[in-house]
Amino acid sequence: MKTLLQLSAVTKSFGAVRALKGVSFDLHAGEVHALLGENGAGKSTLIKVITGAHQLDGGSIEINGERVARLTPASAHQLGIACIYQQPALFPDLTVAENIGLRLEPMSALRKVNWVTRRQRAKELLKRIGAEILPDAEVRSLSMPEQQLVEIACALGAGARIVIMDEPTASLTHKEQHLLFAVVKDLRASGVGVVYISHRLEEIFQLADRVTVLRDGQSVGTNKVSEINESGMIKLMVGREVSTIYPPSESETGNVVLSLKKLGCASCGVKNISLDVRAGEIVGMAGLVGAGRTELARVLFGIMPADSGEILLNGQLITISTPKEAVAHGIAYVPEDRRRHGVILEMPIAHNMTMAIHDRVFPGAWLRCGAEKQIALDLIRDLAVKAYGPEAPGGSLSGGNQQKVSLARWLATKPKLLILDEPTQGVDVGAKSEIHKIIRRLAKEGLAVLMISSDLPEVLGMSDRIAVMRGGTITAMLPAKTDAHEVMAVALGQTENGAAK
Amino acid sequence: MKKHFREFSVAAALAFVLLGLAIFAPAFFQPQPLLSLLTREAPTLLVACGMAFVIISRQIDISVGSQFAVCSVCVGLLAAKGWSLPLVFIASVSMGAIMGAFNGCLVAGLRLPSIVVTLATMVTWREALRWQRQGEFVNLPDGLQWLGLSQVMGQWTLILAALVLLALLALATKHLSAGRFVYAVGTDAEAARLAGIRPQLTTFSVFVFMGALVGLAAMMNVVQSPQVDPKSGSGLELKVIAAAVVGGVAVSGGRGKLWGVFFGLLLLACISPALTHLHIEAYWEKAIQGAIILLAVVADGLRTRKQRN
Repeated sequence: MKTLLQLSAVTKSFGAVRALKGVSFDLHAGEVHALLGENGAGKSTLIKVITGAHQLDGGSIEINGERVARLTPASAHQLGIACIYQQPALFPDLTVAENIGLRLEPMSALRKVNWVTRRQRAKELLKRIGAEILPDAEVRSLSMPEQQLVEIACALGAGARIVIMDEPTASLTHKEQHLLFAVVKDLRASGVGVVYISHRLEEIFQLADRVTVLRDGQSVGTNKVSEINESGMIKLMVGREVSTIYPPSESETGNVVLSLKKLGCASCGVKNISLDVRAGEIVGMAGLVGAGRTELARVLFGIMPADSGEILLNGQLITISTPKEAVAHGIAYVPEDRRRHGVILEMPIAHNMTMAIHDRVFPGAWLRCGAEKQIALDLIRDLAVKAYGPEAPGGSLSGGNQQKVSLARWLATKPKLLILDEPTQGVDVGAKSEIHKIIRRLAKEGLAVLMISSDLPEVLGMSDRIAVMRGGTITAMLPAKTDAHEVMAVALGQTENGAAK
Repeated sequence: MKKHFREFSVAAALAFVLLGLAIFAPAFFQPQPLLSLLTREAPTLLVACGMAFVIISRQIDISVGSQFAVCSVCVGLLAAKGWSLPLVFIASVSMGAIMGAFNGCLVAGLRLPSIVVTLATMVTWREALRWQRQGEFVNLPDGLQWLGLSQVMGQWTLILAALVLLALLALATKHLSAGRFVYAVGTDAEAARLAGIRPQLTTFSVFVFMGALVGLAAMMNVVQSPQVDPKSGSGLELKVIAAAVVGGVAVSGGRGKLWGVFFGLLLLACISPALTHLHIEAYWEKAIQGAIILLAVVADGLRTRKQRN
């Protein structure tokens, strides 16, 4: 069988983070090769290396048996590599034919467009994959799977021999999936190599010939799908012990602080959430990207208000429709993307820290400089923020210290419930363990903590209880001493251990 | 010092120009023309301060010139009707605030881009005024000019009033929570919202405040002459935006200081008299002002690029 793509010992680092630590991967003509791994295992980075979006640091890439020294998006395109993303990257205001034309026609500014051939080609390509889409339809009016089909048509038209599909079925219905699978099988039959990424194990068994599992930036095994079962795959995905030392759980849990009863928000896909969080308790939220964890946090913080169910805070029924109300109720939310929404990089950290407590530093609307400085100094000392002083701008701090500032802003509000969204994402190991200690200490002081994390060892190491989300709802509540295998099985929707409801 | 480098460099540029004038054209420093120059710029300073807030909150208001004209004519008509000075004053400020609120409703309420909204209101107010007045000047009653004081006293009053207001506004920016809101919303509206600040309310208030300051400035301008020109304030928006940008207010929002704007305005304002005194043709004025603005923007661009790396 002809090898289309051969990656050998590929490494890639971003700053201090080593995203790929020597990954080897190969793709034959006429096969579907599935790529599997937890969030953050390095799948996206690997794809971006193959499509030329990232330059590799070490290792080599061979395409069609020839070594490629420097792969750029343009040269990858020429070598017949195409990638279909979960969110199609089409121009919504242009027609299907125009979108296909933009991809396939030569890129010169003063080129005469031949509308007849452009439309003709679009029609033929769409027919080849069996899609009933009009070339003159505006892309905006197409459904998500139809847009993906347009992407596939582009890939075909470009003569792609290597097609990468990144979670193509994530937003598809059952029927649409079948349509897509038929197209993928056709592609395979015509000798195209498909790299298929999905979290849905059943799809991999239906579709793939081989599967490679990535973990922590390394490939931990390539198997024929016929020679491995689901359990074996999950074992490969998580297969590691909780390596870091986590602070022990020694807090005594108190009263129920937050109680959710059948909470739902139709517009953000969260439904039927029932959950209790007690004072002094850390509840970890596990699940795959897109399972609805961040959405739940946003509902609780009033960013996207709930439209069904009840929220009880300390036994009182409350409604939360804006972040301001959430803050007034004593809810704090440390958002996922600290560089975007957590810390204002241009502002001094003192201003950042007092941003949610303006009524305290501006009593009677007039700033008490001394009070603000004192609050900032206390928080800096308390959380061991490394900065030259309260007036240092947020942007001058390292990632871990920025995260501490983001946390400090919310601690200053003296909350009852603290929601953390990926509290240690992109933070170095030292700061990570410091943040873990702070979170544990806060719980010990009686705070109720809801911690969303895609870092499975972190969830396992920190949580007193683990809520696993899938498809916008909580599918299981697991005790603290659950093993990774079981959490992952529930997150993936497997029910073999009887843990999932 | 490092933190205020941008503002200091504008002040230094102004000092440099003044020093040059002291050597080559000492006539520039004759008290009466200088006093007139400062009096003329006093209302502009207030509008520039308002504009600084608007730009810091990452918006723009190009309708200030038209608002200024509407307020000026209102002042004239009401004064001619025999309203007393304090009443006219209140009417002018309210008139400006209402026009600002109109912009604010559209920008903050409907989340429309401020450049388009204020472009529309700029044209609308200006044309409505032209239709109403047909270009006719309004004659003011005697007691109004220079607030009923002697000319020199009136000039000093206006200059001092503007300076006191500048100082108060600068203090308020630092010490009022509202000031902090403006900076926070201008840098990252979403982060501000997550911290419990209401970005739309902040934006709305900034526009209302801008309008109120325009009303005040119009009042201060009207009392300088015996008549009200219905075309007054044309080009004002460009002048104050230029002053803000030269003074170090970042067009991308979230950064800027009022005292920087003050120096920026003075720097731009003394170009024209300086040229006269140096016997350079007045045609050069706009070119030099343009060059200064360009220099400021380029300096900011280089600075942010350096910070990013």
